[in-house]
Amino acid sequence: MLILECPYCGVKAEETELQAGGEAHLKRFGPGSSDDDFHDYLFMRENPKGVHFERWRHVNGCGKWFHAARCTVTLEVFGTYTAQTSTPPQALLDAISEKRPGWTWREFADASTSHNGEEVAD
Amino acid sequence: MSNAVSVLNGASFDGLAEVKDAGLVGMITLRGDLSSKALAKAVLNVTDCTIPDVRKVAAVNGNTVAWMSPDELLIVTDYQNVDAMVAKLSSALAGEHALVVNVSDARSMLTLSGSGTREVLAKVAPVDFSAEQFQPGDFRRTRLAQVAGAFWLGEAEQMHIICFRSVGQYVFDLLKVAAHSDAVVGVYT
Ligand SMILES: [Zn+2]
Repeated sequence: MLILECPYCGVKAEETELQAGGEAHLKRFGPGSSDDDFHDYLFMRENPKGVHFERWRHVNGCGKWFHAARCTVTLEVFGTYTAQTSTPPQALLDAISEKRPGWTWREFADASTSHNGEEVAD
Repeated sequence: MSNAVSVLNGASFDGLAEVKDAGLVGMITLRGDLSSKALAKAVLNVTDCTIPDVRKVAAVNGNTVAWMSPDELLIVTDYQNVDAMVAKLSSALAGEHALVVNVSDARSMLTLSGSGTREVLAKVAPVDFSAEQFQPGDFRRTRLAQVAGAFWLGEAEQMHIICFRSVGQYVFDLLKVAAHSDAVVGVYT
């Protein structure tokens, strides 16, 4: 069972207290955007095998929305963080890079490797 | 004036624990910035309680203030006392970004007491009720089987349970089944 710690009330909530809110950090393309951007904003979602960022709500609890980073393969939870941000905290990104070298997810990636997965030379 | 009654109208059940309607209870939702000095002062002046810590209650002189979320408190007081308290809080918080609402008649309150209290509630809520984990003064919003609920542990191992009035009968029936004398698990004894 998935257990996420709510960053607002500190409860280690199991899945039945939570409501899934879909993919995290979506950038809205509204009026005035191109049809392609609007289409992608509405319909295109990540479906990764590995590192994933999601929105969750502590619905049977304090009621607050928050973000979670987890691995879709192992169900390992890397961490949860506030909803009031458009990027995951750097410490969390670093922790994920430590555990899943070379990971990428939308515009976020392991900063120590280049985009083709090779180590960046010092 | 209509004759207000609680949804369970005094019902009780005795089994592994005693499930009891708490009758009419005054409840006030207060939303605002819990770190604001003006809000803390208003709450202290009107209820005698300080702002509770995260997932705690503060109880003084028959008033209980519960931490509902980072921007919400629930004030529990006498049913008769609510309108006056709402008026006092509202005027004390005039100009502040805050909201005070009487929710007494939208809610129902029950008590659970006796040696089986922790076990009975553990059957219906995904919460660790071991004595080290859930202590007097601890408050928790969660679910009671299929509906939203909240509770805190008061004195003498008495659990105070809050739910919406519309599901008051459901919660009472649920606790009755969980407290059936043939349904001992013995997990917290
Ligand atoms: Zn929470």
